[in-house]
Parts: sequence; structure tokens; C-alpha cells
Amino acid sequence: MIDPVVIVGAGQAAGQLVTSLVQDGFAGGVTVVGDEPHPPYQRPPLSKKFLAGEIEFDRLFVKPAAFYDKAGTTLMLSTRVAGIDRQARAIKTEVGAALRYSTLVIATGSRPRPLALPGADLEGVMYLRTIADVQAIRRYLAPGRRLVIVGGGYIGLELAAVAAKRGVEVTVLEQAPRVMARGVGPIVSAFYERLHREEGVTIATGTAVTGFEGNGRLEQVICDGLRLAADLVVVGVGAIPNSELAREAGLAVDNGIVVDAQCRTQDPAIHAIGDCASQSHPLLDQHLRLESVHSALEQARTVAAAICGRPAPTVQTPWFWSDQYDVKLQMAGLSARHDAVVVRGDPDRGRSFAVFYLRQGELVAVDAVNRAPEFMMSKQLIAERSQVDPAKLSDERVAMKDVRL
Amino acid sequence: MAKIIFEEPDGNEHAVDIADGLSIMEGAVKDSVAGIDADCGGACSCATCMVYVAPEWRDRLPARDSTEQAMLEFCPQVEESSRLSCQIKVSAALDGLRLKVPQTQH
Repeated sequence: MIDPVVIVGAGQAAGQLVTSLVQDGFAGGVTVVGDEPHPPYQRPPLSKKFLAGEIEFDRLFVKPAAFYDKAGTTLMLSTRVAGIDRQARAIKTEVGAALRYSTLVIATGSRPRPLALPGADLEGVMYLRTIADVQAIRRYLAPGRRLVIVGGGYIGLELAAVAAKRGVEVTVLEQAPRVMARGVGPIVSAFYERLHREEGVTIATGTAVTGFEGNGRLEQVICDGLRLAADLVVVGVGAIPNSELAREAGLAVDNGIVVDAQCRTQDPAIHAIGDCASQSHPLLDQHLRLESVHSALEQARTVAAAICGRPAPTVQTPWFWSDQYDVKLQMAGLSARHDAVVVRGDPDRGRSFAVFYLRQGELVAVDAVNRAPEFMMSKQLIAERSQVDPAKLSDERVAMKDVRL
Repeated sequence: MAKIIFEEPDGNEHAVDIADGLSIMEGAVKDSVAGIDADCGGACSCATCMVYVAPEWRDRLPARDSTEQAMLEFCPQVEESSRLSCQIKVSAALDGLRLKVPQTQH
């Protein structure tokens, strides 16, 4: 009998991989090993609609349990993997069970970067990554409660938006000079700072937290020598790839498990996908570790095709989104190496504009704030590597369909 | 509950019973209707759950909102009958709705 495909990790990448294998007609066995008690579920809603109580728990799941039964996929949940034996082509679980694989896919995701500060282990200092985290945080979101969020990234600001709507007194402390600095340009950061202030959230940038105090339970946050009273702290200061298993198995790790464009490690029987993988990006000629659901899904489809001996799917422009209040931010492309910025609309007033990032006249990225047309058209232009006319791009009277040079 | 009938890209007919309150996209994904990618999970952010609505049903669905409208406008295979299936909530009134799934969502 042929050994199954074993997927370590049961997040969205794993869920998509099983789905794509079924769609591609894969006839072999599949086993998914995950440390959470749940089958694969969607993480983006955790800091949005699920946190807000707008969708129920069971709507998070990628597929119903019956899907895995029907597909002949074994789910080993609440199970941690202790190691990979590449010689024997087997993984070992923490309880000592060995499981042989024909192909191993590491989809272990990432975990919140812990704050190594005094008092960070007090009750009331939390992180937001899993269903269990959100259920714990939600209990605190009542009018008049004081929430301090450490980190003004997507997770922190999405949480701030949900909590503020519930009447919670929210303070966001960000160490960098601006919020969302890793994800968007300064114009967009400034907009989000204004947006949150308009919604009653206190935002302090350039503010470093130095510790937490309380008698067993969190009472105060210490920053810049001041003390802030708090009922709850949620830390959102980035994520660390879960790459230890790969490293211990002798696979290359450099800010994530190093894989080629097809998500293969240097061991032909082992792939890595999702937040834990640093992929040689097919469009950029460099290794990138993207913490994004679109990237995870695309990598899962790529690996499914490889396992089934089908051609790899066409690579798409990377894209991301964030929902805060009534504002939808949609981003496409990667702005890292831009040499010009073009703005369409007024970022200083209202809640609708777009910022375009150009390199040598070519559109390479967009941050679109309540601007679906700008986002959708830009996605196409970026994929085509189109030259665009900055004057047309900034002129609202020119339709997005007509901004090519 | 409503029975929604999808014509998949290969011409196969796939009927799904979807509970009230879920979106059509959610029902389709849970029952593995071919060709509905739904990468963003229903946030109206990706336009990869697009479907074509059968002519007799076009006027019986709630209208597109401005975001759906804008997303569809720039969708590569868009037609007059196109909708994003994540934006249509299921109710008994949709029983028998017929939808066609495009060859590709990209």
C-alpha cells in the first residue's frame, strides 16, 4: 500500500490542499495532523465578523466534517508532531505514534510573537490567533471596559474597531512612528490613525510598552513611564513562522521554511505552504514569506497540482484585505521597491481613496480604501506589468479602465 | 432552506440544499460545487465566487450593492447576469434558483 500524503498543520492551507486534491482527483490517502481541536477553519474572520459575533462558530469551517470522511481524509486533531524522520519518511507525534508519508506537506502556520516583558504572563494579557483566543477576548468586550492593544497592525486595529463599536474604551499603543507600517504606505497609515480617532479610539504611536502590573491579574500597562489602567491587553506585534520541525529535520530555514516556486523544500518528498513557508516568489525573483490567506490558498493549489502531476496553476498578483468599521482596505501587489506614489481621491477627508505605487512607470502595488474599482483594475494592471500614466491615475475624471500609458 | 441548482464548468448539474441565512457561496463551498473559489471567504473582497443567474431569476434577487457592483465591473468574465454568490443570502424565496459557474474565476 502506498503511504498517504501527510499534512502537518490543520489551518486554511491544509483545508485548501485537501479540497484541491479531491478536485484534482487524487486517489491516495491523506492524513491531516493539527494541534487545535478543530478541522481547518478560516482565520480572517477571527478578528472581524467572528469577533463581532456576526457569524457563528460553525460558519468558520472550510468544509463540514462529512467532507473529510467522504474524501477518505483522516483528521488527527489535538495532536502535536514531535519530529520528522526524513530517512524513514515518517513523522512522529508527541504521544509517540509514527506515521509514514509518501509526500509530507508542512503547513504549520505562524504563532503570535510573544512579548518578553515583565508581567506579560499575567492573566488578562492575551493574543489573537485561534478560535479559543477570540472566545476568551470576546468575554471582555462590554461597554466601559478598558482594552489596551499592543501593536497597531491589522490584528490590533481590526480588534480595536470591533471593540470600539461595542462601547469598549480602546487604546492602541504602537512602537513604530505610524500604524500598519509593515503593510501600507505612510498616507494610508495616517488615514487609519484618523479613522480610529474619529471612532473614539486612542492611538499612541512611537510609544513603547515596558511592562504590565497587577496582583495576579492585569491591572496596569506601563509605557513611557506612565501607567494605563486596563481590564484586558491584547498583543498583536507580528507573527513567527512555525518552522522548528523543518529546522530540526535539517531543512533550510530563513524567516520561514525555504521553498522554491513550487513550494518544494530541498527534500523532494517535503513541501511547505502558508505562513510557515518562505517561497521563491514566481513574480519577484526573491524569497518571500507572506502572511496572507490568498498566498496560503494559492500555495496549496500549487502543491496539489504537483502531487497529482498536473501543471501548476497560473500565479496571481498577491492581494490582501482588512475590514475596519465601514472601511474596506484592499491591497494588491508588493510595494517594497516602488519609486513613485500616486494618490487618487482625498486621504485627509472622508473614507475613500487609493494610493498607487509605481516603479519605473509600472504599477507594482495599490492600497485601495473603499475603492473596489481601483483595486480590481490595479490587480489586472499589476499582473500585466502595465505602464500607467500618473496624471490619469490621479485624475478622478479618468476611469480606471483608461489609466494605461 | 432552498434548493439551488448550479451548472458547473463541465456542464454537470449540482443541486444543493442551503440553509436560510447562509450565503449561496457558503452553501456551494460546503458541498464542493466546482468552480467556486471564494478566496476571501465572503468578505466581498476577491470576486472569485462569481456566478451567472438564469434569466427568469434575475429580477427576483436583491439588487447588487455598490461594492459588489464595483467588484463585478472589473471581473474578467463578467456578464449582465453576473452576481457574487457571497453577497446573496439564502431564504425560501430562492428555492429552485438556477446559477451557472464560469469556466474560471481568474
